[in-house]
Amino acid sequence: RNKIALLVPLAVICRDSPQQLVGVVGLEIHAQIRSNTKLFSASAVRFSSPPNSLVSFFDASLPGTLPVLNKRCVEAAVMTGLALNCTINQKSLFDRKHYFYADLPAGYQITQQRRPIAVDGVLNYSLMGGKKKKNQVVRKSARITQIQLEQDSGKSLHDDLQSQTLIDLNRAGVGLMELVMEPDMSCGEEAAAAVRELQLILQALGTCEGNMSEGQLRVDANVSVHRPGQPFGVRAEVKNINSARNLARAIDYEIQRQIQVLESGGTVQNETRAYDSKTGIFFLCSRFMPDQAVVVQEIRDRLPELPHVTRDRLVHAYNILPEHSFTLVNEDGLVEYFEAVMKQTRMNARKVIGWVTNELLGQLKQQDGSVGQSPISPSALAELLELQETGQISSSGAKQVFQEMWRSPGKTARLIVQEKDLGLVSDTEQLHGICQRIVDSHPEEVNAIRKGNKKVLNKLMGLVQKETKGRADPVLVQAILQDKTS
Amino acid sequence: IGLLRNNRRNILTMLSLTIKEVSLALRKGSVSPTELCKKCLNRIKKTQHLNAFITVTDELALKQAQEAETRLLQGIIITCIDEFTYITTRRISKQHVPPGYYTPPFNATVVQKLLDQGAVLVGKTNMDEFAMGAGSTDGAFGPVRNPWGYAAPYRENTGLNPDSDWVVTGGSSGGSAASVASLTSYLALGSDTGGSTRNPGSLCGVVSLKPTYGLLSRHGLIPLVNSMDVPGIITRSVGDAALVLDVLQGVDVKDSTTIPAPSLSTQLPEDFDVRNLCVGIPNEYHAPGLSEETVEQWSRVADMFERAGARVEQVSLPHTQYSIVCYHVLCCAEVASNMARFDGLEYGHRSEIDSSTETMYATSRHEGFNDVVRGRILSGNYFLLKQNYEHYFLKAQKVRRLIADDFKHVFNSGVDVLLTPTTLADAARYSDFTQEDNRTRSQQDDVFTQSVNMAGLPAVSVPTALSRRGLPIGLQLIAPALQDKRLLSVAQWIEQRVGFPSISEFEQPSDQWQKTKKKHTV
Repeated sequence: RNKIALLVPLAVICRDSPQQLVGVVGLEIHAQIRSNTKLFSASAVRFSSPPNSLVSFFDASLPGTLPVLNKRCVEAAVMTGLALNCTINQKSLFDRKHYFYADLPAGYQITQQRRPIAVDGVLNYSLMGGKKKKNQVVRKSARITQIQLEQDSGKSLHDDLQSQTLIDLNRAGVGLMELVMEPDMSCGEEAAAAVRELQLILQALGTCEGNMSEGQLRVDANVSVHRPGQPFGVRAEVKNINSARNLARAIDYEIQRQIQVLESGGTVQNETRAYDSKTGIFFLCSRFMPDQAVVVQEIRDRLPELPHVTRDRLVHAYNILPEHSFTLVNEDGLVEYFEAVMKQTRMNARKVIGWVTNELLGQLKQQDGSVGQSPISPSALAELLELQETGQISSSGAKQVFQEMWRSPGKTARLIVQEKDLGLVSDTEQLHGICQRIVDSHPEEVNAIRKGNKKVLNKLMGLVQKETKGRADPVLVQAILQDKTS
Repeated sequence: IGLLRNNRRNILTMLSLTIKEVSLALRKGSVSPTELCKKCLNRIKKTQHLNAFITVTDELALKQAQEAETRLLQGIIITCIDEFTYITTRRISKQHVPPGYYTPPFNATVVQKLLDQGAVLVGKTNMDEFAMGAGSTDGAFGPVRNPWGYAAPYRENTGLNPDSDWVVTGGSSGGSAASVASLTSYLALGSDTGGSTRNPGSLCGVVSLKPTYGLLSRHGLIPLVNSMDVPGIITRSVGDAALVLDVLQGVDVKDSTTIPAPSLSTQLPEDFDVRNLCVGIPNEYHAPGLSEETVEQWSRVADMFERAGARVEQVSLPHTQYSIVCYHVLCCAEVASNMARFDGLEYGHRSEIDSSTETMYATSRHEGFNDVVRGRILSGNYFLLKQNYEHYFLKAQKVRRLIADDFKHVFNSGVDVLLTPTTLADAARYSDFTQEDNRTRSQQDDVFTQSVNMAGLPAVSVPTALSRRGLPIGLQLIAPALQDKRLLSVAQWIEQRVGFPSISEFEQPSDQWQKTKKKHTV
């Protein structure tokens, strides 16, 4: 009996106990390539166009039309592959994946299952939070099996009322990069963090806009559970998620569900939709990539700064914390804003971070705006920070000025300080006078301070501030009062 | 009546000219493009019994003929098989037109190129459905009849009645071959995947060229086997074929498998010197079923070369015996894939039954495809199943490589061209031809032609003589890739020496023949 009593607490505390079921998550991501035209035809790629207005003869599968490969799409895939540390295949092949569906006019999708353009990469991402500190940056990675180019399908809209299906082929043939990842993740949080990092990378490269809610980035998760060391369990597929947060939720829900099924003695069913994929026929060849080596190097040289590089650079250049750099990089335009401010002020970077991530970002989020829409320019903010830095206003004063600047764009900080009379009183004589008066009129308090109760000093300071309407330099006031009460 | 006959004789002469000759006549003004067009359209009507045309685009053609410009092929009457896309606005309705007849909204590149040079397209010709067949007997519009079956030599030599004992054109581009052979056009485009242009070309006594794969654009050619299809050129003289090749060859951005033409256009040498030529005779092409007469012609031409100083050698293409099966596997597999788009949804025939999407697909495809096509699709699907993929499809790819290498080895060993038969024999009677099914016929009759497609090489069939039944026999020349011009030079050398007759020499307009028929029955 004693043994049992001991075992139970152990199972609860030790999360890596071999008896515990853990989640296994692998992602399959379809990223719509940001290009002017489709993968194999010259139709424009545009969103929210009238139905069937962006359909060429080839997209409609009219007989006699042939695919013509879009160079930009190939470059996008190579860039993405390089940014994700993949090996680029000098020669890759296209296959046809056959199935009959109304939004697939040709009866097959052109894809790259057998010999894709990039293989064996890794996505490095980070999580906030660790075992001890919540704000610790934990580095993780997920292996990328391959990146393949393929066609997107059209859209089907089911009209049950009239028993019909309406087909819009605008999307049919748009270029996609399918990223297949190894099941290296274990929970929803990891998957969400990985997806967010991927979004940042794709956006930095300009190869995909990465918006999940608009279908530009589609994430499917394969979820199973197992005991560590044992073979993977049966997979279930989680699809049609429109945000990273919902992805995390859905995955965690599925993991919990599977664990419950197994723990109650049941078996997990494979609920992936399985279609018969005949492996297809290759019909295009390396003719499209004549100088592959040159092309790849050229693209490698043109790669923009990737998010993790930016973060590291910010941390080193400005001596800010990693979590700060995450916040900066996560928000479109914030890095540029921050760096612009830093150029024009002497304020310590960590203090500037506070302004940028709390005051500025706070206001923007309230109004659901982006950095580009901020009514306060980096220069204007820098001016305000300089005023605080040089002691002309207090920090609370500065915050007031900030609010006013937000409401009345165009008014400089200096002007508002004047208007609202927020300038700090630093005139020593004047302050001495006020302090003396307060000291003289509060003998009990002065006695208490002299006896050792330093906290009472704050009360006196408060009175001085009241006199000066909060415009006294608190540092000076404290010094003077201390002097007078010693 | 004498004058009438003379007139007819003149018209026939005009229609039987080569492109070069009639071009001259047009430029000189001996005949205007509109007149010529009308004459051809008349002839089409007179030869309706051949069933060579699916669509006659008379209005469009007359409009084209009226354009007064001086381009290379100005006014030249052409046709092409229905497998090429061509924007037609109206068509002559046929009795058993399948519902949902598809009218394409763009022109095939090769068609457009000819039109851009002033050619006048008078119609789309009949063929085996989706280019699958070796007889042009399995199309929705009925079989095509060989014009030589209505000419005097056949009737007189066999004593048979052309209307009941008509002969096939071969296929699948039979309508095009028949059109050129019956003088309703000067040039016809066919398609050639396993011999579909050369086969009917040989049986109809016309020159039929299969260019090197990639020289001519396939944009607008409904694909059968993407890796083997080429547009084929059918004319009445080798010189014409060379002229047309010049117009058509070259890279097309719309077709990524096209390659640049090897040289600037050059005229074929009038007097080709064969003394430096090495002609190979493949051992394995003495196939079972090869007719005596074809062998005779084969020997005849080989001897001609030898007497003129060329080196004629026996060579070996050891994997020939596997080529027909290999071709069949690859063809069916690609067909199964290429035909997947015909689901009745976007274009073409759609079934009335629509209880579900799947049912609609199945019935549309069942109704819209004939037995032959369905058979190949099902076979192709079988070969592409995961468990069969390696044993059939991949294996066939490997064998294909071996077959292509056979040709490479032979050409690398000093042989310039290969001389082979084109078909096993002269044209069969329809009643005999249909004793065997399409697949069997294809397997038998493609034996000399399909390995050329698998290797992507250029080949041409040249008519050499009439058989004892009064029907054409042709021989095939094969050259290394991109040696199309050299190939045609050798072909022209043969043409200049064999003295193949023009059908106009034996021509009797069908109504004339009707009179003769009455005479017999009396």
